[in-house]
Amino acid sequence: MSTPKEPGSFAIIGTLALAGLLSGLILVVVFLATQPNILANKARALEAAVRLVVPNAASAQPYEFVGGKLQPYKGAAGVPSTNPIAYAAVNSQGQPAGYAISAEGPGFSDTIKLIYGYDAKTGRIIGMKVLESRETPGLGDKILSDAKFLSNFNALSVRPSIVPVKSGAKTLPNQVDCITGATISSKAVVKILNSSTQQWFPRLPAGN
Amino acid sequence: MASPIKAPPTSLQELIKGLWRENPIFVIVIGLCPTMAITTTVINGLVMGAATTFVLAASSAMISGLRKAIPGPVRISVYVVIIATFVSVADWSLAAWLPEAHKQLGAFIALIVVNCIILGRAEAFAAKNPVVPSIADGIGMGLGFTLVLVMISAPREVLGAGTFLGIPLFGKSFEPWVIMVMPPGGFLTLAAELSLLAWWKDRSEKKKAALSAPLQEAV
Repeated sequence: MSTPKEPGSFAIIGTLALAGLLSGLILVVVFLATQPNILANKARALEAAVRLVVPNAASAQPYEFVGGKLQPYKGAAGVPSTNPIAYAAVNSQGQPAGYAISAEGPGFSDTIKLIYGYDAKTGRIIGMKVLESRETPGLGDKILSDAKFLSNFNALSVRPSIVPVKSGAKTLPNQVDCITGATISSKAVVKILNSSTQQWFPRLPAGN
Repeated sequence: MASPIKAPPTSLQELIKGLWRENPIFVIVIGLCPTMAITTTVINGLVMGAATTFVLAASSAMISGLRKAIPGPVRISVYVVIIATFVSVADWSLAAWLPEAHKQLGAFIALIVVNCIILGRAEAFAAKNPVVPSIADGIGMGLGFTLVLVMISAPREVLGAGTFLGIPLFGKSFEPWVIMVMPPGGFLTLAAELSLLAWWKDRSEKKKAALSAPLQEAV
């Protein structure tokens, strides 16, 4: 109270407002400059992911699930919908090629985000790609790259549900060979797929 | 950004001191969180270092320019607003033009806001010095930070993944020393480098003492 140079509240509020205004101005300019590129990058990454899990996809359109019905998503590309989204892919002749659906769930460490392809005619999963994970390097992170593990998802039945089995023990179309040394991560992928497919498959019509 | 080079030697000295003599990691030992977390690959270290250098230089410039207008009681809040602004600028720029690196670094770009090197330099240097030396100080500290990130990430990537800048070095028979890219590897590498540095400093000081001892006796 006795310090002579204590600044008044006006000076303090004024400085804070000015700092906020300045930073707001900078942010608006940079946001406008970068946003088109960021959205284009996101859309490109998504398209690449769809192509990875739906082998014959030439292009894909997002559909959202609203009020028990599937309808085209009209938001801008890269802007996430608040509703569940599936991507309906068509091949180069414009024929339906399958759906790409993203899903996520807990892994061994942190959330695993993945995308998988679904062929509505055969009712099977036709591809799977892990997009984001923090599984143990050298062990759990093989779910991203192990070719033998990934080939499990090329024609995987989901009826009655996907069952993880020991490496090399797969005999039925709904079984997944786990990776030795990455059993927990492999099972986590199966669990994510089981819950997502049970939710999604009844919603998707066979003819796109 | 070319001004610190043309400026009087004082600014140049401000820039050089951050590289080694007052290196933020090895000498001041601050900013260890990103140092541990993102040094799994050299490219991560380089991108993180560049982003931090940009934030340091830009926020130092702005804080130094406004230093006389900012009232003491709210200076930290104003610094944080300024720093957060430039972190957002760095974050969006990376997302727009280097999406792969941005994805790799994830939350750690946004966490530059709380990197104590930046608020530390704002309070210790930019708040008390003119704009040009402040920018030089920011760039120097940022480059020193980058240098250490590369020095820690290089052995981690080479030993832990068998690659350097993503290029395989040893062929297929190499079994990666996985612990080096996991959190313990970061601590091991930092500890090894810090102790090497301490040993080297200790040795050169002893040498200096040994050289000057006979002289002192003669006098």
